[in-house]
Amino acid sequence: MSEERIIAYREALREAMVEEMRTDPTIFLIGEEVAEYNGAYKVSQGMLDEFGAKRVIDTPIAELGFAGISVGAAMNGLRPIVEFMTFNFALLAIDQVVNSAAKVLEMSGGQFNCPIVFRGPSGSAGQLGAQHSQMFENWYANVPGLKVISPSNPYDAKGLLKSAIRDNDPVVFMESEVMYGDKGNVPAGEYIIPIGKGDIKRSGTDVTIVSFNKMMKVALSAAEELAKENISAEVIDLRTIRPLDFPLIVESVKKTNRLVIVEESWPFGSISSEITFQVQKYAFDYLDAPIKRVTGKDVSLGYAPTLVEAYLPNVADTVKAAKSALYLV
Amino acid sequence: MAQTAPAAKATKVTSVNGKAQGSKELTFSKEIYMRWYEEMLLMRRFEEKAGQLYGQQKIRGFCHLYIGQEAVVSGTMSALEKGDKLITAYRDHAHAIACGISPNAVMAELYGKIDGSTKGKGGSMHLFSKEHNFFGGHGIVGAQIPLGAGIAFADKYLGTNNICVCFMGDGAVRQGALHETFTMAMLWKIPVVFVCENNRYGMGTAVERTTNVPDLYKIALAYDMPSAQVDGMECEKVHAAMKEAADRARNEHIPTFLEIKTYRYKGHSMSDPAKYRTREEVDEYKAKDPIEHVEHTILASNFATKADLEAIEEKIKQIVEASVQFAEASPFPDASELYKDNYMQEDYPFLMD
Ligand SMILES: Cc1ncc(C[n+]2csc(CCOP(=O)(O)OP(=O)(O)O)c2C)c(N)n1
Ligand SMILES: [Mg+2]
Repeated sequence: MSEERIIAYREALREAMVEEMRTDPTIFLIGEEVAEYNGAYKVSQGMLDEFGAKRVIDTPIAELGFAGISVGAAMNGLRPIVEFMTFNFALLAIDQVVNSAAKVLEMSGGQFNCPIVFRGPSGSAGQLGAQHSQMFENWYANVPGLKVISPSNPYDAKGLLKSAIRDNDPVVFMESEVMYGDKGNVPAGEYIIPIGKGDIKRSGTDVTIVSFNKMMKVALSAAEELAKENISAEVIDLRTIRPLDFPLIVESVKKTNRLVIVEESWPFGSISSEITFQVQKYAFDYLDAPIKRVTGKDVSLGYAPTLVEAYLPNVADTVKAAKSALYLV
Repeated sequence: MAQTAPAAKATKVTSVNGKAQGSKELTFSKEIYMRWYEEMLLMRRFEEKAGQLYGQQKIRGFCHLYIGQEAVVSGTMSALEKGDKLITAYRDHAHAIACGISPNAVMAELYGKIDGSTKGKGGSMHLFSKEHNFFGGHGIVGAQIPLGAGIAFADKYLGTNNICVCFMGDGAVRQGALHETFTMAMLWKIPVVFVCENNRYGMGTAVERTTNVPDLYKIALAYDMPSAQVDGMECEKVHAAMKEAADRARNEHIPTFLEIKTYRYKGHSMSDPAKYRTREEVDEYKAKDPIEHVEHTILASNFATKADLEAIEEKIKQIVEASVQFAEASPFPDASELYKDNYMQEDYPFLMD
């Protein structure tokens, strides 16, 4: 790895797009406020200046329309990057993502593929109320034909976004409003991170904690807390949600015999539900305790700070879940 | 069929004792002028305070101020009847106050307190009051357009003789939902008035950058829906256009699309530095300030003296100050509130693990 270079998550994403756009003229960026405003969250800052209005395209507020136009363009030789201002608003476009992008290869008997990236922030970001606080990784991950990525730090974000842009299938790439300013080491040189590979962010022996996106902070802090009590937690960052790296989790559980999953979104039919099924199937005999999870509460998230605090997974609950998997509480 | 007052006629509405876009002469009483003045001044001072409090982090999340656009809501409210419904997007403080939600309840909501209009659950973007026929503050751009038609659909179905006024921004008219709704609103003769508050920008995007048809009232032409372009800096013109549209909705069940041209003095939200427009442009609109316009008429017509208006200013200052005290004193909702209001079913079995 080249020498230390600290940049923000949003800059890492921008570098991935810029580098890929420099080498492949069929790639373009499209979305609300991406060009003249330099991005609602400044991810695309400066890109209009470099690539011009042909390749960095501002849209009206018409998510279904510009997502569909981009899918059509992808079917006909281009490689769009579609920015949704947030994934809450991508719900207006989900028809084209699910019914068109995800299915066109299969429906056309392999003739038309759809090399497209749908990206933007996902999840809660402070006190934004019920309509602006949602996380839909599991919704997209449910759909055959899509790949889903949700990185937790600048390094992973850059390497995975480059892979997503180069991928010949549709990729849903989910970021976080509250992580755009997070800084991390991103080497200056070229690298990519393969889609579908989780990452052990901390090794341990007593309990496995699995998470992704900004909840990785909770998972890693919980591991710190547990370490103070001589409990060694292994922390796995999924990074890619579909295809999910089940073997990595199963191997870890075979070592630790205990599993805690931390997930920001709602519990019903969640990523943690799917992991739980796979682990009970492939590591049943290795489990020394029922699998635990810490998720967002099973409700719509209100505005007040007390509600946000009570809703989101936190370090204390994760520590408690880990200890309960160890029969210590 | 009562066909359109074309925009050319509508924009001729210029005099203070305005002409509606049709032929009716409208004159406004002292009472209406005083009501407009007081109501708009309350909206203005309330939001100036909210802006300050946002800076002090008493108000969090997204907060969108309406300052500059007040005449759209005030001119609308004076033209409506009791029981008429309103729905809008997230820029909703003024609509809520004009509907009759107390400044105390609105301020407490901005604070996220339990005595807020939605118990601290909605915040700035999601003010609601069933009691005051305010169907909310909605955060997904354009989502309120079909909802507004649906509310009016229900009033017609129930035979109430009330209508719904459905507000949206200039950015929102680009959503497919508008076009689907306009089709059905005309087909089913729904008593709704659609109002596009054209403040020239959707976030940082000027209207001209979103369409080759910058006269937004023309959107309605494809549906044969009556429409007009209205000067939104003057209550008289808004009232006249709204009265005509409301009558048409109420009496003939014909929807109208009003493009009301207005301006927001502040950024899109508290975090927008608004670099996409010039100081001169902002000043141009401030020179047509809706409150000053009404104030001028009041004084010129001897409806009140300068001292009377100062007394009103003082009263409003007290109301706003009291709303801050009220919000400060109210507690945040208890964490247990999370599980309330998600279902009507009282013993709904939430997943707890
Ligand atoms: C479906 C959807 N897309 C994007 C957004 C983000 N957003 C919030 S307000 C806004 C601009 C809307 O402008 P306009 O309709 O003109 O209303 P104004 O803010 O001027 O009142 C955007 C893009 C959203 N809330 N919902
Ligand atoms: Mg606007």
